[in-house]
Amino acid sequence: MTTTETAAVEPMSLAGRTFNSRLFVGTGKYPDHATMTAALDASGAEVITVAVRRERLYNEQGESLLDAIDTSRYTILPNTAGCFDPEDAVRVSRLGREILEQMGNPGASWVKLEVLGDKKTLLPDPTGTLEACKTLVADGFQVLCYSSDDPIAALRLKEAGAASVMPAGSPIGSGQGILNPANIVLILDLLKEHDPTYPVIVDAGVGTASDVTLAMELGADGVLLNTGIAHAQDPVRMAHAMRHALDAGLLAYRSGRIAKRKYASASSPWEGVIAHIPGE
Amino acid sequence: MQIIVNGAPEEHPDGLSISDLLHAHNLSAVPCAVEVNKNLVRKPQHDEHTLQEGDTVEIVSLVGGG
Repeated sequence: MTTTETAAVEPMSLAGRTFNSRLFVGTGKYPDHATMTAALDASGAEVITVAVRRERLYNEQGESLLDAIDTSRYTILPNTAGCFDPEDAVRVSRLGREILEQMGNPGASWVKLEVLGDKKTLLPDPTGTLEACKTLVADGFQVLCYSSDDPIAALRLKEAGAASVMPAGSPIGSGQGILNPANIVLILDLLKEHDPTYPVIVDAGVGTASDVTLAMELGADGVLLNTGIAHAQDPVRMAHAMRHALDAGLLAYRSGRIAKRKYASASSPWEGVIAHIPGE
Repeated sequence: MQIIVNGAPEEHPDGLSISDLLHAHNLSAVPCAVEVNKNLVRKPQHDEHTLQEGDTVEIVSLVGGG
């Protein structure tokens, strides 16, 4: 590795495609479309998530999301946010595919599957998620599957055919970062044991740039986030920070960090010290 | 006839197709998906699919989300 640029753009494979950016960003919660499009640009993301919702039939105001975004630039990943049972998640997945097929977007066969357990925590329902994942895989979807950070739940989703398992760092939109790094490491170990290129993306809970760095230092393949950028006081600046944080974490992980030691290890040589050293 | 569109009742003439309904809402050129009674009706079928009294229709599009 001779230049940081070479390392920073090390591509990742996901669902049969290759991406230079490992940062996946949402399009929700922005104060306005101009801020959103500037933040998306600053993030460097190539995949952006969207939600499927009822068309506003009356009193429509302002431009729509699709008018604001250069859809030819991004792979659009529709989510099933707001679904609390597998049947609804499958319905919404198919609706999203129908829309993206009309647009000719490569995200048409992709879905970010969320089957939520309850409205307060927005934590995933593990059995409902697994059931929906199986149905969608059989229906030809590339399922990018939101999961809890439970290693066995994550393993079952991979076994069900998920194109990527995406464990939560902490609850959606909470900004608490990665609450259980040990579990993320176990997930990475389990899912990559005989399949080292299997993509694991940390999804949800990112509050600031260091959370992204930590995810990558643990060995994650990428990070998906929305609120951490959209609700920052300066979303565009934070999008830059997230992008650099991801590169920093990836480079650090690839570089092989030093082992932690109980005691100090001097960086300057002891040989030739002219001062009195206590105890010697 | 009365149908439910995105949760609200609407009166329409008999024989209304999905394409007619989308046209009535100025959505003909907008990427959107349509369910009738929870079943997806794909765009190539919009002209031929005639809505019936009491049908529940969902017309959805993409919005910002995470």
